[in-house]
Amino acid sequence: MTPLAKLLEAALFASARPIPTDELLALDPDTSRAALASALDEVRECYDVQGHGVELIEIGGGWQILTRAEYTEAIERAQLASRPARLSAAALETLALIAYRQPLGRAEIEEIRGVTVGSVLKSLHERGLIDVVGRGEGLGRPLWYGTTPMFLEYFALRHLDELPRSDELAVALRAEPRAL
Amino acid sequence: MTVASGHDATLLPRYAAEAVAPPPTFVIELTEFSGPLDLLLTLIREEQVDIYDIPIARVAEQFVARIRTLPLNDAAEYLEMAARLLRIKAQMLLPRTGDEEAWDDPRAELVRRLLEYQQMREVVDVLERAGEERRNRFARAWVPLAAAPPEAPLALSLSELLAAVDRILRVASTPAMHDVVARGIDIPGAISTIRALLALRTHALWTDIVQAGAEPWQVLSTLLGLLEMAKLGECTVLQPRPFANVEIRRDAASEAA
Repeated sequence: MTPLAKLLEAALFASARPIPTDELLALDPDTSRAALASALDEVRECYDVQGHGVELIEIGGGWQILTRAEYTEAIERAQLASRPARLSAAALETLALIAYRQPLGRAEIEEIRGVTVGSVLKSLHERGLIDVVGRGEGLGRPLWYGTTPMFLEYFALRHLDELPRSDELAVALRAEPRAL
Repeated sequence: MTVASGHDATLLPRYAAEAVAPPPTFVIELTEFSGPLDLLLTLIREEQVDIYDIPIARVAEQFVARIRTLPLNDAAEYLEMAARLLRIKAQMLLPRTGDEEAWDDPRAELVRRLLEYQQMREVVDVLERAGEERRNRFARAWVPLAAAPPEAPLALSLSELLAAVDRILRVASTPAMHDVVARGIDIPGAISTIRALLALRTHALWTDIVQAGAEPWQVLSTLLGLLEMAKLGECTVLQPRPFANVEIRRDAASEAA
């Protein structure tokens, strides 16, 4: 590996959270974005080609070394690490709406989901997956929610654009309902 | 009931896992449905009917039958939907007058909401798959957010340690002895000084009484003397803001007396 690739590997190893590209650039003042990208490729290829137990993954605009999925069971069985609890269906539905329509108020979420969402919003907020991003002009100046960088991290997404576009979904809202 | 670990939960179907082992910080869903629209969509799927042409009478009947069997915590949302369905059913029964084109299908709003809900469920599937992929990979270690970088481990050689011990022993062999002399605080003296000053002027500043290089016992004497005089009503002590110079005013009342 090139010296830059080794430096990146060391930094990524030392960090428990994804390191944003800008922070990786700061590791070596003489390096360029292009050099950084090819060094990151080099690390990733090294893991993939030589068959390491870890892999390099791009998450939320940053990079992180993660263990490969096939070893999860064994690691958890040995109680070396444990997976975070799953989100409930209610939490996922609420998150999906916020991710697509942010900023979004509580009333609109309840309108679409057909249930009250107060406690779901609270637990999503506590987990750092959503945050208040503003207030509406309407009655009571309702809070507007949006997703956080943690959201991308939780779902290992690079950007929000990685979610399917609404016109790619099988049931497209924009499609006119057939004549009733 | 014990709270099962995340590991056990993976062995169970999604909804069953939530019902059996609700993680303490989570929203607990008692039913297998996340809301009335979910139930309605499930019924439509089970009945294999066209979402754009829902046989509302049959679906409404089934909906009501199902909510009777659900151990619902807050049934209000389901009851509201049931009422809505029955209302649509009633509207459908009304005779249609005029041409077919002008007829407003009472189901249209429901269909719109169902489609919207269904689209959201598709995104939920995408998120669920993505979340599961990430869940199955471990990062190096969990750390609390915004944790301080860990301190570097102590680097110390044996010779450095011995040198440090040696230094301490050398200093300790000649202990510095201090003679501590008690110096009495002179409150009456301080009071007479302040009284003398206030006899000449109506007000004075702290710095007029205590010089810059004053000994601690002098500062203390003046402070206690000043407080004593304030208590007796001989003067008023003012400090406009913290650490500002203290103003001492001769009390008008005592002057009159």
